[in-house]
Amino acid sequence: MCEDLADIMPPEYQELVATATFGNQDRGWKDIGSSKELIEQHSLCAGCPESIAFRYILASLPAPEDTVFVGSTGCTSLVFPHVAVQNIHSLFGNQNAIASGLKRTLASRFPGVEKDVVVLAGDGATVDIGLDMTMQSWFRQEKFTTICFDNELYANTGGQESGLMQKGFVAKMAPKGKNFDKVRLAEIAREAGCAYVAVLTVSKPNRVEQAIKNAVLVAREVGPTFVQLYTPCILEIGKQSMEGLDEMKDAESIGGRFVQKEFITDEAQKLLDSIKEETKARKKAAKEKKSVNA
Amino acid sequence: MSHYEVKAGPEAYLPPAAASMGNVLPDPGQAHIGGVIVPEEEAYEFAARKFLEAKVPTIFPGPLVLWKWNEHAAEKAKAIRELANELPMRLIPMADYRPKYPKIDAAVEINPNHPNLTIWHNKIDVCIFVGVHCHQANLALKIIRGGTDCYTMAMCAQAGHEDACLSFRDATPEKIRKLTAAVKKLKSEGVKSQAEEFTQIKMTREGRVT
Repeated sequence: MCEDLADIMPPEYQELVATATFGNQDRGWKDIGSSKELIEQHSLCAGCPESIAFRYILASLPAPEDTVFVGSTGCTSLVFPHVAVQNIHSLFGNQNAIASGLKRTLASRFPGVEKDVVVLAGDGATVDIGLDMTMQSWFRQEKFTTICFDNELYANTGGQESGLMQKGFVAKMAPKGKNFDKVRLAEIAREAGCAYVAVLTVSKPNRVEQAIKNAVLVAREVGPTFVQLYTPCILEIGKQSMEGLDEMKDAESIGGRFVQKEFITDEAQKLLDSIKEETKARKKAAKEKKSVNA
Repeated sequence: MSHYEVKAGPEAYLPPAAASMGNVLPDPGQAHIGGVIVPEEEAYEFAARKFLEAKVPTIFPGPLVLWKWNEHAAEKAKAIRELANELPMRLIPMADYRPKYPKIDAAVEINPNHPNLTIWHNKIDVCIFVGVHCHQANLALKIIRGGTDCYTMAMCAQAGHEDACLSFRDATPEKIRKLTAAVKKLKSEGVKSQAEEFTQIKMTREGRVT
């Protein structure tokens, strides 16, 4: 903040400067509760798993100060205006096309600074309306991360069938039940050229953190990455506010639709291994320095 | 097309964009008053007079001067504080553009989505925007003219704003200080500030101090 005007800044901004984890390379979900979060509030339904997914993702970004989100139409677009990370709202479905241009422009405008671009959209935008743009960005090996909040239907508009809805599911606006299988987007992403793909629920914050960090770091160096997160719409599947967590735990249990899986190319794995080693060495050195000082 | 005068509102729920009424932006070295292009020097004095005759003159500093992006931003912030101290004027920040439903404290902050709330709450009759990104300033200026009787000014770092009642362009710390100098000059000539007594906002991480 500029010193001459710092004393007129509302407390939440002073708190953001003093305790948010900008610039901390070890930031993660464990900072939630002890530091200022980058999501101040949200306008989602009470108990919505998307809201907790947002908190974990924002806490896990390696460099939020140098990250730009690209959102799309859907429940997620109700949240973006509230977050303390740069973001762009795209037209329904063209989020990966916008992100492609943005990533290239940022690389040109800020040479020498690593600018992360992260697409965050629902399953309708990613798989149905925007599948062309999504896949084309993967074919072109655009270096950014695509996150899909998969709630298996069009929740925001009342429960229409989506490509990621499971076969046979009956929704409010899909009364006959879905006739086709859930699109296997993770496999499509792998075949389309994504260097890192993860499918999981948001029931376990440490897993979400690892997947987001892996995806963003691999996207910087290797190529496109994709993370599919199950964030059930409790309203549209007939659950209560407190039942979202149980729903996710059921879906990730053995035989469930969201058993955690990852596809990692050899090149991406090599990069992740080297990052792991570096982190380990850095933490060890910091620990030794601390003990010497003590 | 007849001249469209950009005067203080309330113009209507949705005032027309001044550009659509034929108003144009000033060239370098110029400003506009009510949509009429004038030399910049003339606008400094006019703006200073407006501040001095106001009951609640207020500066709305935006993100470009509140956050220390670089030394230039810090210098602008310093110049803004000098201007506020000279009159004196209230300083109410627009720290970012989040809508902040439903908890915005209209007494101490403003956002471009509901600037009228802050104007109404504080009974602001003359204001100036500094360091607000143009697209958000345009939105806020139109809303203020639509629903309040506040006289709006813009100290724009780009090409100026047609929808402000008075707009400077190419703002620099030097230009802000020229405005301060114009206020000083009028005061030295005997023009007294009509501003009501107030205490400048002071915040800490714990909350409002004054």
